[in-house]
Amino acid sequence: MSATATRTLLSVRDLHVLLGQSHVLQGVSFDVPEGGVTALLGRNGVGKTTTLRAILGLVGRRGSVRLADEELTLLPTHRIVQRSVGYVPEDRDVFTGLTVAENLRLAERDAEPRYDLVYDLFPDLEARAAQRAGTLSGGQQQMLAIARALLNHNRVLLVDEPTKGLAPSLVAEVADVLERLAQLTTVLLVEQNLGVVRRLAQRAIVLDQGRVVHTSEARELLERPELVRRLLSVGHAA
Amino acid sequence: MSTFILLTITGFGLGAMYFLIASGLSLIYGLMGVLNFAHGAFISVGSYGTWWFSAHVFDGIHSILLQWLLSSLVGLGLGAVFAGLVELVLIRPLYTRHMEQVLVTVGLSIAFVALIQGIWGTDPKTFPVPPWLHETTTIAGAHIPNDRWIEIATAAVVLCLLRLFLRRTRYGLIIRAGVENRAMVQALGIDVRRAFTVVFAIGGVAAAVAGVLSGVYFNDVSPDQGTNLLIFAFIVVVIGGLGSIGGSAAAATVVALTQQYTNYYASSGVGDMVVVLLLGLVLLARPRGLAGAVVGARA
Repeated sequence: MSATATRTLLSVRDLHVLLGQSHVLQGVSFDVPEGGVTALLGRNGVGKTTTLRAILGLVGRRGSVRLADEELTLLPTHRIVQRSVGYVPEDRDVFTGLTVAENLRLAERDAEPRYDLVYDLFPDLEARAAQRAGTLSGGQQQMLAIARALLNHNRVLLVDEPTKGLAPSLVAEVADVLERLAQLTTVLLVEQNLGVVRRLAQRAIVLDQGRVVHTSEARELLERPELVRRLLSVGHAA
Repeated sequence: MSTFILLTITGFGLGAMYFLIASGLSLIYGLMGVLNFAHGAFISVGSYGTWWFSAHVFDGIHSILLQWLLSSLVGLGLGAVFAGLVELVLIRPLYTRHMEQVLVTVGLSIAFVALIQGIWGTDPKTFPVPPWLHETTTIAGAHIPNDRWIEIATAAVVLCLLRLFLRRTRYGLIIRAGVENRAMVQALGIDVRRAFTVVFAIGGVAAAVAGVLSGVYFNDVSPDQGTNLLIFAFIVVVIGGLGSIGGSAAAATVVALTQQYTNYYASSGVGDMVVVLLLGLVLLARPRGLAGAVVGARA
């Protein structure tokens, strides 16, 4: 991966999210530089998914989210996405009652959607265009979820646990695709699989209990097993 | 045998009206999670709009058929506009506040009946319809009122149009996806609120069609007719499966036929009770309704 960017593309400042009585994000701040993959790491339940959802406005939040020079928090979700912010959600969230082709058609945002690229990466989706997404395997649904985001030009892509629940052979396949994606756009990746993070990410941000507790080059973090254990392993809560 | 045929065709006619009301209710709840108790007002806008235009604007037209068709078209248009305005003015500001939405729609429903009574009184109103509709066609010895055919045919056409709309148009695609996962539709960059207004307007048209046909079926229109029909439409929506048009059509037929047969072969009034029992059975055995779709709109 060659992306060595210095310009900040996405800037999150003092982000707070309250879900019911739970203060899930407690002043999260970080920058995502343009280009390459920034990994957002942390144990289960520390607020990684909520951070992505808050950036998109899918949950109520307080604080600032800026894409380049534009403040996003005042915009509704669809307007944020129209600013070329792509999203691959946790658990895929494909529309199971729609066909593969309909799922893709719904995701079309650009005047010229990149079907060539999508079908080049996922030829299986073209073959299964008329099949209901609900009948696809977990791996195929993940490919469809990524393909939806890939269809349009995105300045930044928020990808939430793309390898979750996949067989090891599929994990490698998804990682290949993400690597290709990272050549096209900036990726903010939530991922539990450190092997995938090691392969793809240039930078790492670690969350714990709704706060950023570590920011560094990904390699710098992953080369320190004690730090990884302390920040990411179960039983080593900060 | 002739009685059974009469009951069956009449049941289909009644089911047609239930379906027309339930289809809008079902889509509105499936997409937006709004329990629209004001849907009865949409029915009344259609029926009273048709009556008023027939009596005051198109009364000079000699052809009763043309007079009825024109005033019905205006009634449908009023239904669409009224429903769209209700969504824009009353529902949209209360987006995600479901309890307040229920209170507002219940309030509108009550206020609208009172408004009609205040303006036009409590007496039923009759609008002229082509005489053929009040004649009968004899089938296997059963004298079937002709309006039943119109009701059944209209519901079938509306069902086909709705299915075409949902399957072939981009808004239909958005609505089908939104019924499944509204948040994800927004996360694809789609303004789902526009689809809300479209769904309300479609529901308003379908309810207004039911309003016009109920005027023909019952021979008049009255202030609380919409509200009375709404109760059974809600039962149809739950039995059919929230968000499913096909499920609503099947459930409307089952509910109406059950009412007709039971009211005749058991005792008048028993049919309503049996329908409620049927609702309970379906909820116990198949909580998602006949269509079995996953529908609760996710915020």
